[in-house]
Amino acid sequence: TANRKLSPPLPSPRPRQKRGGMFCSVEDAFDNKTLDFASLGAPGPGTPGPAAPPAEPLAGCTQSDRLLIKGGKIVNDDQSFYADVYVEDGLIKQIGENLIVPGGVKTIDAYSQLVVPGGIDVHTRLRVPVLGMSSADGFYHGTRAALAGGTTMIIDHVCPDAGTSLLAAYEQWRGAADSQACCDYSLHIDIPRWHESLKEELEALVKDKGVNSFLVFMAYKDKLQCSDAQMYEIFCILRDLGAIAQVHAENGDIIDEEQKRLLELGVTGPEGHVLSRPEEVEAEAVYRAITIAKQANCPLYVTKIMSRGAADILAQAKRKGTVVYGEPITASLGADGSHYWSKNWAKAAAFVTSPPISPDPTTSDHLTSLLSCGDLQVAGSAHCTFTTAQKAVGKDNFTLIPEGTNGVEERMAIIWEKCVVSGKMDENDFVAVTSTNAAKIFNCYPRKGRVAVGADADLVLWNPKATKIISAKTHNLNVEYNIFEGTECHGVPTVVISQGKVVVEDGNLCVTQGSGRFIPRKTFPDFVYKRIKARNRLAEVHGVPRGLYDGPVHDVLASAKAVAPAPASRIAPCAGKAQAPPVRNLHQSGFSLSGSQADDHIARRTAQKIMAPPGGRSNITSLS
Amino acid sequence: MFIYFNKPTFLPFFSPQSDRLLIKGGRIINDDHSFYADIYLEDGLIKQIGENLIVPGGVKTIEANGRMVIPGGIDVNTYLQKPYQGMTAVDDFYQGTKAALAGGTTMIIDHVFPEPGSSLLTSFEKWHEAADTKSCCDYSLHVDITSWYDGIREELEILVQDKVMCFPYSAVFPSLYYLQLYEAFTFLKSLGAVILVHAENGDLIAQEQKRILEMGITGPEGHALSRPEELEAEAVFRAITIASRINCPVYITKVMSKSAADIIALARKKGPLVFGEPITASLGTDGTHYWSKNWAKAAAFVTSPPLSPDPTTPDHLNSLLACGDLQVTGSGHCPYSTAQKAIGKDNFTMIPEGVNGIEERMTVVWDKAVATGKMDESQFVAVTSTNAAKIFNLYPRKGRIAVGSDADVVIWDPDKVKTITAKSHKSAIEYNIFEGMECHGAPLVVISQGKIVFEDGNLHVNKGMGRFIPRKPFPEYLYQRIKIRNKVGGLQGVSRGMYDGPVYEIPATPKYATPAPSTKSSPAKNQPPPIRNLHQSNFSLSGAQIDDNNPRRTGHRIVAPPGGRSNITSLG
Repeated sequence: TANRKLSPPLPSPRPRQKRGGMFCSVEDAFDNKTLDFASLGAPGPGTPGPAAPPAEPLAGCTQSDRLLIKGGKIVNDDQSFYADVYVEDGLIKQIGENLIVPGGVKTIDAYSQLVVPGGIDVHTRLRVPVLGMSSADGFYHGTRAALAGGTTMIIDHVCPDAGTSLLAAYEQWRGAADSQACCDYSLHIDIPRWHESLKEELEALVKDKGVNSFLVFMAYKDKLQCSDAQMYEIFCILRDLGAIAQVHAENGDIIDEEQKRLLELGVTGPEGHVLSRPEEVEAEAVYRAITIAKQANCPLYVTKIMSRGAADILAQAKRKGTVVYGEPITASLGADGSHYWSKNWAKAAAFVTSPPISPDPTTSDHLTSLLSCGDLQVAGSAHCTFTTAQKAVGKDNFTLIPEGTNGVEERMAIIWEKCVVSGKMDENDFVAVTSTNAAKIFNCYPRKGRVAVGADADLVLWNPKATKIISAKTHNLNVEYNIFEGTECHGVPTVVISQGKVVVEDGNLCVTQGSGRFIPRKTFPDFVYKRIKARNRLAEVHGVPRGLYDGPVHDVLASAKAVAPAPASRIAPCAGKAQAPPVRNLHQSGFSLSGSQADDHIARRTAQKIMAPPGGRSNITSLS
Repeated sequence: MFIYFNKPTFLPFFSPQSDRLLIKGGRIINDDHSFYADIYLEDGLIKQIGENLIVPGGVKTIEANGRMVIPGGIDVNTYLQKPYQGMTAVDDFYQGTKAALAGGTTMIIDHVFPEPGSSLLTSFEKWHEAADTKSCCDYSLHVDITSWYDGIREELEILVQDKVMCFPYSAVFPSLYYLQLYEAFTFLKSLGAVILVHAENGDLIAQEQKRILEMGITGPEGHALSRPEELEAEAVFRAITIASRINCPVYITKVMSKSAADIIALARKKGPLVFGEPITASLGTDGTHYWSKNWAKAAAFVTSPPLSPDPTTPDHLNSLLACGDLQVTGSGHCPYSTAQKAIGKDNFTMIPEGVNGIEERMTVVWDKAVATGKMDESQFVAVTSTNAAKIFNLYPRKGRIAVGSDADVVIWDPDKVKTITAKSHKSAIEYNIFEGMECHGAPLVVISQGKIVFEDGNLHVNKGMGRFIPRKPFPEYLYQRIKIRNKVGGLQGVSRGMYDGPVYEIPATPKYATPAPSTKSSPAKNQPPPIRNLHQSNFSLSGAQIDDNNPRRTGHRIVAPPGGRSNITSLG
């Protein structure tokens, strides 16, 4: 190891530009991408413990630390170009043509393939406790499946149990993930049951633990649900901390009533799940969350966009200037909600997630369009799987079916198939929605989400010509049903490199349990908070300096509120006619308009922009 | 075709209170079409319409000379007796209805606003009595529900069915939460009532008020700042969502902002029965005056939801009104004198809320919408009168010029130019929020209950001549569709075989067990290998079900087929 650290990359390996590749036109394009990690404060190159034995050593699996990827087309979110990539110590060391590399380097042939940054799955629940069960895919199987699908980083949700503090839950998740995860990971924290004292915990998590995103629930009445006032409070705190507020947006009160009604009607199967959670209920909550976040001037991230209505609301809000991000998931982009009506209970139950997959067959098309045009930014998977036996806990009552679908493995392939193959987006957009945008929003860019010198060596060789059919027979999950069963995907990852090591090659997985590192994330991501900060400065409102009102004041009955309103006493004062005749000329009265005010001596008045002039407020509204 | 009762008449024909009137040579405007005809009124009803009518002698004749004859306006939203901290608005039923008649409005629907602690029924009686003795034009009543308590269901039933057949009104005040809304909507739907919603997000407003007061802003501008239009739009959206889940009609009172109006317009395109009511203030003026240096003037504009400070709002609302996305105009008339408003001189949250508009309503709509070419005269009649009559089940007694309808008729002069000012208005307040507005179009003659009450700028009214107009539940205009959707919208489960596979055993006390990491990760892994062929298992698909003998199955339309649900959503 010492030897490796001492051997520096060759001094400024300026790649020799060769004319030819149409994407190669930018002079110095590669140098600009060099990163100085000292300033980013990220931990040094990972040393994933050489002692850790590979969990399943497979034939052809190489653990070489040095890799040269030759002949591929590098695809970032802004441009594509042909170049070789040299990887060492888990980092990308050089990009260019005719690189000078040490001998004995494993070379990967990437001709006619794309080299894309490894996917970032922003939403997984690999350890979620439901009724004392934990999901079928733990961190090990979940991250293994992620890698198999070309995802090299996940952000998992910490969902504290009743009675567990946020910090304790965080430690539980860290413990489990550190020992099991095969790829880098980070954590979101869910906030159920809000109370004042959680404020310190939030601060501790943000400042010391590297968490910068928190989820509140608008559904799950009496369990996890937050009221509007609580949400406002939480959003204000998160804004001050520089964190990102996430919401699970569904109107829990309506769902609760609808569930009762459906069970009364005798609907107990999985179709009841979708009938009790119509898409308006999702759209309503999205709208409300956006309103509250806008009032609090807090950036908002809506997890699991499952329906057209919700997506449209979000797109409209963006158009009005709100800082809001929407995350469709693999299931909403690629699965079909009509299966809730399947005659096969087990199959129908496999689709149960909430918000549910919309039974409207045009939803997936609509969401992929919005994802392509930038109205939605990030694709997650919300991977949270339960075996059929676990789902069967709710065989007589759909409200008890544990919620969650698969998707961590299929995410990249489904998006490629639905968006790129269909011509809705290009390969750069594909990289943006599967990786780069997530890295930017959650503040791990450019360490993750970009193929650039100095970035983590999380790379995927994507073969757009290969074809794969998704099936439960071949997937890497612990569940019997795959909700994308039978989907044919034109485009598959052929080689996946995580932390500079080849973990997938020729369909063979070669992962090390516990090799995943926790990626701490800093607060105030620029991508999100630059605008918020500017608006905070602008958002100050000012009163109108005016003379004191010196006209008559109607006498309020001393204890008007406390007195039980006796009808007789009420009619008497209403004799507004018995009053002195109203003074008509008040609008010509002598209010002092000289401008001398009580606060004249305060210097800051002149420097302040008058942000609330008559008629001007609406502009501010539309900007913030 | 005419009906003529040869009743002896003693009235001198010069009396403005003549029971028989002939309006000659007018152009009758209804919401569907207009035509030239004479109208003969008797006994407070329209008796004949046509040309060359045969009428008894001694009938007072009004020469309309080709001017428009329109149904009297219906103002669906007034608060002529709203109590606030022991006082009531300065325009009571007498003053208010006088102003209404002077502006061409011949019927008002007032809001009964129960004070905390008094029941709906007693409040209703109080309003009924006050209006009966004072009102100069026909009136009806809404009842506001400010809290949802135990005995309220019985009271509502009485109000709707036995006693007065009136339509309660539900307001989103902070005290009414979702669950109560859901419950209230469900119950009101079963009564066939029209549900009105005052839509503002109370939780957030309270937070904002606190914040703004802390910043030292105490003037009326704080009122607008603490109630940005997004909060109105959000509440509108929520009310519509709940109503559409329950499949009941919902009527949004006081649409004050562009966003709220847009939400209503969007929702209507998706199918829910939603109606929106902009008010005179939101159609005629804007909220920039909250920043006026003159406190008294700024305070006069305080109403909630507040007038939008966006000066393009009136234009937008008029456009939506013209195209039918908004249907009805009210006034929200609830004026307080400057002295009363001054209760909140040091704290904007104490300023009693309400603006004038009952007298100006018809004129403002004409000037902003018809005179600008946005709508035609028929649409004008629809939004000022006919639609309201239909929604609140007064049609065709009110809202139409037709034989048999009430003789509430206005002769409208589209060319008359009038400047609105507090000096000449009929209301008792010092400030008119439309001060100085020059309006085209004004009533020349107003006839209420067959009597001329306004002519040449002079009012001839009697206190207490207004009648209470009871309204029946289940107005067809709203409930026909609701009834059909109820039938179509039934839900049905999928009949499938019993699941006979393995079931995971839940630990006995899952909720209280602290999750130990070790126990949690193990069960998933130590489990028997998943059974892969479940989707090829032998579930009974023969179709024999437990409820096969249930005859209603065949009669049901399958309304929730795979992939088809969204269509139903968009319909209901």
